[in-house]
Amino acid sequence: MNEVLLEARDVKKHFQANKGFLNRNKSNVKAVDGINLSVRKGETLGLVGESGSGKSTLARLLLRLIEPSNGEILFEGDDICKYNAKKMKQLRRDMQIVFQDPFASLNPRWTIGKIIAEPLLANKSDINVKKKVQELLDTVGLNPEHYNRYPHEFSGGQRQRVGIARAISQNPKLIICDEAVSALDVSIQAQIINLFEDLQQEFNLTYIFIAHDLSVVRHMSNRVAVMYLGKIVEEAECEQLYTSPRHPYTKALLSAIPLPDPLEEQKRQRIVLKGDVPSPMDPPKGCAFHPRCSKADEVCSNKTPALEIDGLTNHAVSCFHPEDQNQKKREVRI
Amino acid sequence: MLEVKSLSVHFSTADGDVKAVDNVSFSIKPGETLGIVGESGSGKSVTALSIMQLNASPPCNYPSGEILFKGKDLLKAKEKELQKIRGNDIAMIFQDPMTSLNPVFTVGSQIIESIRKHQNVSKKEAKRRAIEMLTDVGIAHPEKRMKEYPHQYSGGMRQRAMIAMALSCNPKLLIADEPTTALDVTIQAQLLELMQNLQEKYGMAIIMITHDLGVVARIADRILVMYGGTIVEKGKTLDIFYEPLMPYSWSLMQSIPNPQPGKREKLVPVPGQPPNLLHLPEGCRFQPRCPFAREECKKINPPLTEKTSGHSASCILTPEEIKDEISKFKRGRGVI
Repeated sequence: MNEVLLEARDVKKHFQANKGFLNRNKSNVKAVDGINLSVRKGETLGLVGESGSGKSTLARLLLRLIEPSNGEILFEGDDICKYNAKKMKQLRRDMQIVFQDPFASLNPRWTIGKIIAEPLLANKSDINVKKKVQELLDTVGLNPEHYNRYPHEFSGGQRQRVGIARAISQNPKLIICDEAVSALDVSIQAQIINLFEDLQQEFNLTYIFIAHDLSVVRHMSNRVAVMYLGKIVEEAECEQLYTSPRHPYTKALLSAIPLPDPLEEQKRQRIVLKGDVPSPMDPPKGCAFHPRCSKADEVCSNKTPALEIDGLTNHAVSCFHPEDQNQKKREVRI
Repeated sequence: MLEVKSLSVHFSTADGDVKAVDNVSFSIKPGETLGIVGESGSGKSVTALSIMQLNASPPCNYPSGEILFKGKDLLKAKEKELQKIRGNDIAMIFQDPMTSLNPVFTVGSQIIESIRKHQNVSKKEAKRRAIEMLTDVGIAHPEKRMKEYPHQYSGGMRQRAMIAMALSCNPKLLIADEPTTALDVTIQAQLLELMQNLQEKYGMAIIMITHDLGVVARIADRILVMYGGTIVEKGKTLDIFYEPLMPYSWSLMQSIPNPQPGKREKLVPVPGQPPNLLHLPEGCRFQPRCPFAREECKKINPPLTEKTSGHSASCILTPEEIKDEISKFKRGRGVI
């Protein structure tokens, strides 16, 4: 359980953006800007943040689907950025991804049997592929006889199950779920969340669970990292983060979720953030959050805070004025 | 103010008539917020579009029903009369603010157009109003922003501009079709607060269509729960959340992750898939997925009936029976 499976060390991804006449002005979009992260075997790490905060870019970096501009990504202690194509291909079995849109991530001209069989065939495993695919379909709660059907014959939730079957076909160690339940209706979303939980127990999987829905992340995760403009601003054990958030951004984010409970909603104190997320092309000086922060002062606009870990609680926060650690634990219901 | 009486909306397709909305009745009073919740395909948006008469027809047709607005039946109104009402008395905002603004005109000119279309004012006056509206919805430097195009706005600001445009003619009713679904939670919180403030200021009624139970819990006075094209439960927000009388509303609430701190329970999903509107199940529409279904449910399709004062549901179980079933279910889970 305590063994580290995946570790990111100061990972950065800067995309070049061209502006101006004849693209003369080059500028950098710092999509992911110096991230340190580690995921232990068998745990679920939640990754939350608003759109544009770099969650998906980070997911793709961790799988080396895009190359980092800087930093190391260690999978079971080995830097995978140094791997050649052949070694990388072998490694890909161990790391899989489930995407958000179950409509765009399945080839409409292939039967779902072929879709799920592809990773099996690509890795030339000596098994009865058809039988294996049918087993997989059964595992994710689809009828094995639907082997020959096409994606359009399935509903959104069922397609997501196909995507999951494809991801687990290689017995991976790590699955990254990039907004894997966001496109589904609530009743179906709960089915898929339960499926993820069952599979984790059955195959001892490690998840990185990316979502903008904070209540779903809370339900799934052991640890949660909050991202803002390409940086992690707070990371802690799930319950710790939700009951006593220390970064003003996390606090505001938690208070912004509408709760499905009318009386609770009337009682709540809400922190409504002003303005939008700044553009990563032109991030504010100092702490990236300071223009929207209620606690910001001069220090915040000049210096960038570092992510500091409290050794006792393992609660990391990057803020000059964090909330008191020993604040009375409020009952935050999400 | 607005009354919808046994409205049905059908779409003719090659496979037969799809009953997108089936015998739906409700009303809304001035200044009230009515929430409509349901899964995709439950008929929420079609109901809203019918009020505005914006469903493409054909394939859409209205076999029955009346939509009375200020005593006039909108289903029988002529296109010219409708144009006077749309955007003037009844305004609508949509889910995707990118596709509902015209990319080749400036935001300001689009707001001015809608004001000039409905109100007999000079260009100068319309411009003044547009700036006032943009200020109202919290857009900084409105004079400068007026001259910008939609792509220069962020998602939240576009939705603000849409709200400004919708409110520019002082509508009596605002229909909001999933206005915050595509936005981040912090922006959603801003917009919900804005809508509540503007409602206080201008006193319009709001129909809020959403699948997010949190959003209706926050702003709705009354709620309609839709399933498979019909209203299955209707009542005050508090009643629906704390004493649901229809198993569907209850199971919907069970399927959202809502754990107490420190205690994580497995979610209870609604089993199966939403019904296919071409082949509705026999008896009650929800019966194949219902955790409390009985033999009779396969035969009778229960109509929406008032169970307690101001709270109706379409279920053959009495409120007491439902309470019993829910506590039985909870006890069952407690053991596990």
